[in-house]
Amino acid sequence: MSDPQQPKSRRDLLKLIGRTAGTAVMYQAMVDMGYAATSDFTGPVKLSGDVKKASVLILGAGIAGMVAAYELRKAGYRVQILEYNGRPGGRNWSLYGGDTYTEMGGLTQHVRFDKGLYFNPGPWRIPYHHQGILHYCQALNVPLEPFVAINNSSYIHSARAFGGKPMRYREVVADYDGYIAELLAKAVSQNQLDGALSKDEKDGLMVMLRTWGALDKNFEYKMGDASSNMRGYDKPPGGGLDSVPVNSEPMARKDLFSSAMWISLFLNKTWDFQSQLFQPVGGMGMIGKAFGQALNGLIRYNCQVTGIKQDDQGVTVTYKDQKNGGKVETATADWCVNTIPASVLSQIPMAVSSRLRNAVDSLSYIPAAKVGLQFKRRFWEEDEAIYGGVTYTDQPIFNISYPSHGFFQKGPGVLLGAYAFASMNTYGMESLSAPDMIQAALDQGANIHPQYKSEFQHGVAVAWHRVPWTLGCSGGWSDENRARHYDDMCAIDGRMVLAGEHCSRLPAWQEGAVLSALDAIKRLHQRVLSA
Amino acid sequence: MQSIRFYSGLVLLTATLGFSGGAQAQLFPQAKLPQQTGEAIYKGVCQTCHMPDAKGAVGAGTYPALANNSKLEVSGYPVAVVIHGQKAMPSFGQAMSDEQVANIVNYVRTHFGNNYKDSVTPDDVKAAR
Repeated sequence: MSDPQQPKSRRDLLKLIGRTAGTAVMYQAMVDMGYAATSDFTGPVKLSGDVKKASVLILGAGIAGMVAAYELRKAGYRVQILEYNGRPGGRNWSLYGGDTYTEMGGLTQHVRFDKGLYFNPGPWRIPYHHQGILHYCQALNVPLEPFVAINNSSYIHSARAFGGKPMRYREVVADYDGYIAELLAKAVSQNQLDGALSKDEKDGLMVMLRTWGALDKNFEYKMGDASSNMRGYDKPPGGGLDSVPVNSEPMARKDLFSSAMWISLFLNKTWDFQSQLFQPVGGMGMIGKAFGQALNGLIRYNCQVTGIKQDDQGVTVTYKDQKNGGKVETATADWCVNTIPASVLSQIPMAVSSRLRNAVDSLSYIPAAKVGLQFKRRFWEEDEAIYGGVTYTDQPIFNISYPSHGFFQKGPGVLLGAYAFASMNTYGMESLSAPDMIQAALDQGANIHPQYKSEFQHGVAVAWHRVPWTLGCSGGWSDENRARHYDDMCAIDGRMVLAGEHCSRLPAWQEGAVLSALDAIKRLHQRVLSA
Repeated sequence: MQSIRFYSGLVLLTATLGFSGGAQAQLFPQAKLPQQTGEAIYKGVCQTCHMPDAKGAVGAGTYPALANNSKLEVSGYPVAVVIHGQKAMPSFGQAMSDEQVANIVNYVRTHFGNNYKDSVTPDDVKAAR
């Protein structure tokens, strides 16, 4: 593209934003716009050669630590894992009825969802191109089902547009397409684009605009059969008598264009959210559980690492055994794969290079807050014909997501009532106590679904900065910080290598944890063979 | 948790394209902290980790107590930590104005059992950036 103002990549977009909006706005970009969300997974890792029964101590039984353990054991290493929690998975985590969750500060929530219902406080969807995590789902026999990302019947809501009335996704799509097509057709027919377009191009474009934008014979976007075929009907076509459809009225162009509803459409056009996405049957936490079973006997739970030492002979880790009154124990190994989040690791004494220490100390974690809500019935399906997908709002809850499973079931359902993420006012959600966060989700959600007030049963709220084992959602790399410290974070330091989403360019995605672990153990394996 | 880069990108876009205020709707929230007073900033951000009573919290890592904290005696220290961050503590220098930083530092230094009389001014903050 020749126009310098036209971003052709996310990197260019960032630069453009930096130029036009200044460094203040770059804060969010610093948090992460992540250049390379593409997975570079190329198939199962093969670690060949005689490792002479070398031992590896793995810190953390999240996705990264368990991928490392799974593959290193296969290669002949003696492997053990120390895990802070009493379960495998780390941020791969689902909450079910009967579970309890105690956050930092001591508040305990008792989950009272009905049997079979759940909520994913952490990751909740897997893009089809995240072939690494999908590979392990297959290897561990974790069944997957479709995750509905885009639903044309979900809503786009702005408290500041259309009097706060939520609009159906399909209406917003159709009306943007229609009005843009109309304007472009007008410019073409008034010969305003003659310098840019040949006669043949103009003819082709006009046909395309009329069809794509659902324009009428005068190339106008207005209420009619064509536009209703895109945006839906006030009364859809029926059978027999009284079957004539009643068309719907498009939004006023000025109201639509002066809103920012396009942003929600843009999001779903991006690579990470394009079809098909998947979710494990029964909750994202099924992956962690399956890994835990596959590694049965190798994981020592309830162990809080308190110190890491290493010399040219091996690695010694001290930890508190919380099941044993906090008794201090040590574990030793020839090598160490360390997946403890940087937010926690920065507080643990380590014998490492100053380069690694500086890298770990440089990385704080971003905010995120999620709320799971159980309602007496699946009113979004029964009343509004919404089956899965996401509603977008400019209220602090950001998202409402409807379950992609259990369609048409009678009785209670759990939806994601808030997913606030990474922006400054995400702290506004996180800073609320769990009961207040649930109430905020109910109040804001009721502006979109009035049924909330009469149908609500139970809620669970998770502020990721109060999650005891991560102290935040994910590594908040800025471009500048990544340029300065990322390579040091990933480099083998003596006998230890770090892994996790914070050591990847797919921040906050499980795929980042998988790819980071595979890269780390490949390099470590080479080091072992050459030692 | 995954979609950070897109939401943050969108925040940027809204700001870039002039949707950030006035009659224009802004679908996604701002990169700037909206709260202005020290108390509002504390309740809207700081208490997430440092807790409503400022006594901190403990998990696999620790959020230090700000209550009765002698490290707050030298005002330049909390100013620097708020602006630049420190380990698990994010930096807020880009998200807060000089006034906001001064307000939150002054609030914490005069509440929760802290009673430091010398106020931080926005000019002090500017000099510390």
